[in-house]
Amino acid sequence: MAGGRKMDRRRFLINLARTAGGVSLLALGIGIHARSAKAVPPEYIRPPGALDEEKFLSACIRCGVCVRDCPYDILKLAELGSDHPATGTPYFVARTGPCEMCEDIPCIPNCPTNALDHALKDITKARMGLAVLIDQETCIAFQGLRCEVCYNICPVRGKALTLEYRPNKRSGRHALFIPVVHSEHCTGCGLCEKACILEREAIKVLPIRLAKGELGHHYRLSWKEKARAGRSLVTPDKPHEFNLPEGVKYDYETGRIYREEKPADARGKSTRGGKAPGAAPEAGAMPGTSANPLDVLNRGLQEAK
Amino acid sequence: MATPIEQLGRDALAAKGFFGAYKWLILRRIVQAAIIALFIIGPVGGVWVLKGNLAGSWLFETVPMVEPFVFLQMLAAGMFGFLTTTLLGVAVVVAFYALIGGRAYCAWVCPVNVITDAAAWVRRRLGIAQSAKISPQTRFWMLGAALVLAALSGQLAYELVNPVSIVHRGLIYGMGAAGWLVVAGIFLFDVVVTKHGWCSHVCPMGAMYSLIGAPALVKVRTPNREQCDDCMECFEVCPEPKILPPALRQGMRQGLPAVVSSSLCTRCGRCVDICSKDVFAFGFLTTGKAKPGEAGENAPGKKDGELKKAS
Repeated sequence: MAGGRKMDRRRFLINLARTAGGVSLLALGIGIHARSAKAVPPEYIRPPGALDEEKFLSACIRCGVCVRDCPYDILKLAELGSDHPATGTPYFVARTGPCEMCEDIPCIPNCPTNALDHALKDITKARMGLAVLIDQETCIAFQGLRCEVCYNICPVRGKALTLEYRPNKRSGRHALFIPVVHSEHCTGCGLCEKACILEREAIKVLPIRLAKGELGHHYRLSWKEKARAGRSLVTPDKPHEFNLPEGVKYDYETGRIYREEKPADARGKSTRGGKAPGAAPEAGAMPGTSANPLDVLNRGLQEAK
Repeated sequence: MATPIEQLGRDALAAKGFFGAYKWLILRRIVQAAIIALFIIGPVGGVWVLKGNLAGSWLFETVPMVEPFVFLQMLAAGMFGFLTTTLLGVAVVVAFYALIGGRAYCAWVCPVNVITDAAAWVRRRLGIAQSAKISPQTRFWMLGAALVLAALSGQLAYELVNPVSIVHRGLIYGMGAAGWLVVAGIFLFDVVVTKHGWCSHVCPMGAMYSLIGAPALVKVRTPNREQCDDCMECFEVCPEPKILPPALRQGMRQGLPAVVSSSLCTRCGRCVDICSKDVFAFGFLTTGKAKPGEAGENAPGKKDGELKKAS
């Protein structure tokens, strides 16, 4: 009887170990899979208001209510597999179906767990990703061709996406209309990526972790610090001394030379009366010289002929 | 005498007719299909009875429902920034199963049940008797493991692979190849590895609902257990056959009340259907008094005490 009980206990312990072992092995497998599923592949974008990915994966119960509430049907729930976002979680792909940035953000208020942050009320504050004009070799704006499709479709046009005019060096006389993204305003909706006229888009919405750099936290930009303090925080630089004839000065702002004004008592009598040299260097230019210093040199050459 | 497996259900069919012998099964399939259908008629027909899926949903766009097992994983993962809506949703689901349904989620709601029932049917048809021994306690270990995983990984790790979630989500939102592989995997596991392998041994959601549903009022009762002729057909069809003896002849001898009292009962009603002697019947815990002399004075256990008080 006692022996029987001992055998029972032995069998019980063995069974217990078997079950625990099997379950642990299974859990280990799931755990390893979970580690690989932690980052969303860059082509998949979370709906607006989604918490940071790490928090999102603990908050989203994968119910798909946001999918149902999206009036444009852009949201999908991820399938099982490690090349997707975490199984069952919502995403969209900008190139095929970008976020239309509805003003009332209908995908958020019915989220039952706050995985999509209910505090987000203004869609322009959403940060789903960041558009990056990643291929400047193929984008036709860089070829000097007019396109601006991404600029024109941008819902935050003029803030998130602006056009910068640059000289077209190839033609020598035209401008390049370069789209420039500003992270301060870009919501990552992906409309620009969808609209890009190329076979494969040159402007792409990337996760912010991939799109943005981060300045070293010890960095201080002197001009910003100076503006904030309202004064120079170091000894001001000594102005550079140019080797110029006496009474002639160089103006930093316009890059022109001018004759130094007479002392204050003489200023009133001056025919070019009272104009500050910096404000009107033209007026202060040496008599007989044009504003362009090169003219002096050219004239010298002509005289030599 | 025990009925040979190939004659399973014939007596019931003869005694009660087709509808009588299959009514709970048919009703269950209708309910299971209707629940999935109600999730789909929203996006298809614009009638929003249910929105979401079994993990979380809105009933008539007003009553939230949140799956308690997923919620528990969420807590384990350290996510406490949820809403009052979340809690309300969990409360609605817990209240229904704790007060009324018991573990009925498994038999009446979960679509994986259809797969595993099909597997059990194939098993019987092919006469597969071998079954790898897996402890039925495994599911409780799985439940614990899912929570530990959530805590360690900080995310709903089990939900990455939870076949129940994958199947109902797939049915409602569209199933990809991976989803069908999961369906096939569960089916094969139940056919060739272990009888009732997934639902009655491994699935932590079943474990969860059996814990939640322990106090539920709806039970399978055995009012006519003295009629039992030991055909054993109920044992063959029951997904949790170990819970039956205390409600049948063995329980009668020990003076236990005439009810399947185990919280593992899924209320599938297969025993009710298959019994040609009408031993079983659905009932409320408070109704159907135990026959005099059955519930003896020496009936052990707290549960029985409660039962006597209630009846």
